[in-house]
Amino acid sequence: MEERLHIADKHTENIVVEMQHVKKAFGSNEVLSDINMQLKKGENLVIMGRSGQGKSVAIKCIVGLLEQDEGGLKVFGKEVKDLSENELKALRVKVGFLFQSGALYDSMTVKENLEFPLTRVLKLKDAKEIDKHVHEALEGVGLVNAIDKIPADLSGGMRKRIGLARTLIMNPEIMLYDEPTTGLDPITSKEISMLIMNLQKKYQTSAIIITHDMACAKITADRILIMDGGKFIAEGSYEELENSPDELVSSFFK
Amino acid sequence: MLRKAWNKQAEEIGNQVFFISRFSHNVFRKGFEWNEFLRQCYIIGYRSFPLVAITGFILGFVMTLQSEPTMKDFGALSFVPGMVAVSIIREIGPVIISLICAGKIASSIGAELGSMKVAEQIDAMEVSGANPIQFLVVTRILACIIMVPLLTLMADGLAIFGGYVASNIGGNLSLSLYFNKAFSAVGFSDLLPAFIKTIFFGFAIGFVGCYRGYNSNRGAASVGLAANSAVVNASLWVIVIDAIAVQLTNIIVYT
Ligand SMILES: Nc1ncnc2c1ncn2[C@@H]1O[C@H](COP(=O)(O)OP(=O)(O)O)[C@@H](O)[C@H]1O
Ligand SMILES: [Mg+2]
Repeated sequence: MEERLHIADKHTENIVVEMQHVKKAFGSNEVLSDINMQLKKGENLVIMGRSGQGKSVAIKCIVGLLEQDEGGLKVFGKEVKDLSENELKALRVKVGFLFQSGALYDSMTVKENLEFPLTRVLKLKDAKEIDKHVHEALEGVGLVNAIDKIPADLSGGMRKRIGLARTLIMNPEIMLYDEPTTGLDPITSKEISMLIMNLQKKYQTSAIIITHDMACAKITADRILIMDGGKFIAEGSYEELENSPDELVSSFFK
Repeated sequence: MLRKAWNKQAEEIGNQVFFISRFSHNVFRKGFEWNEFLRQCYIIGYRSFPLVAITGFILGFVMTLQSEPTMKDFGALSFVPGMVAVSIIREIGPVIISLICAGKIASSIGAELGSMKVAEQIDAMEVSGANPIQFLVVTRILACIIMVPLLTLMADGLAIFGGYVASNIGGNLSLSLYFNKAFSAVGFSDLLPAFIKTIFFGFAIGFVGCYRGYNSNRGAASVGLAANSAVVNASLWVIVIDAIAVQLTNIIVYT
């Protein structure tokens, strides 16, 4: 509880993402009804909730893939839906997004996948420099020997790690992880959780981590939010929520 | 009910216009994807080549066989090569080959972009700050604009060759004589409008394939739907554009 007051008091300069009364519906399907949250700089914020509650929708709004119907959504202090095309692009360079499926480009090899943002977005030209970045990124996720494979030949865990490498190659200031460990074996899951921690330590990356994996949440979370019915219904540290009297909340921890 | 259907149709047209404007906005933008464009040209040409070649050859072959007995009755057998050449080049070649390309190319573009959409690859591209329209859509539409006319020209040539083979069954007609006869009947005013027409067919095929794929819904089933509606709509576009083109050519060239 003390921790939470502390966060609320913090000066807004330290807030990198802020959502206020965000609403989003698809036709008659109201997905987000009233979302309020703040992400502090350097913080790992874990979001949990049952499937289909709109967790993915919420973080897609942050990068402008979807636009909220109502409410304010600021990233680095700027309202996302008011950004010009170029400003939005600049924002997207600073925000990394790991998709639930990895979202590797099927028609390209792993190497080409990793080169894509370097050549298309950062407009790097020097082949040596590009190679260096690609190797570093692959070393970071421990998959250097997959460099010439195509995505179809990779396992689910490998795809996710390559997807992570492709995102991290841009050195994002904010990372949005959509279920980074779902469907992976416990060992790989733990490795990815540790990777998320290392990023936070090394680069002060701020992160939102959507997960159902309690082990991942326990390792990474500075703070946890629980989403239900299009709202956040609980907030706190892992220990606080674990002992919550609310049945829905504590049921995640069993 | 009717009103709802109309609104939906209007929305659809609006979306297509918006998509075309996004395409044209990105064509001349800096950073044209030459490699991807050439790759698409190669894929589109290579994938459709056998089908288009066989179709072209058989078109000319069959038309010649079909018309020879009748023309013989009129004592006009020597007109057959020219007649076949003109009808292939002016109308049958462009339309049939474009319909085949609609089936082959539009569906594969629709399915490819559709599956990229479903697997969130297009979203991933966009979120990384790259420009998926420029990389995926511009390259494919331009490749179709180039390759469909080329495939049609090639099919026209093979059709005339097919006509030669049909005329030559049992005989010993010289190939150069046959081609001379065929081409003496074909004027520039036959070739040019037909060629220009295929450029529009190519655009329609590329555009519809990309539009359907890029805007497919979520869920794996929508990939098949995107491919299917790409073929249906591209074919329809080809036929409608053909009707308009024929009217225009008649007004401009033959009056
Ligand atoms: N682009 C979209 N169009 C229509 N409905 C969507 C779209 N994206 C998500 N939804 C719907 O929003 C709801 C929440 O989805 P999602 O955010 O993926 O849930 P989750 O919390 O499991 O990540 C679901 O009912 C889904 O069908
Ligand atoms: Mg989700």
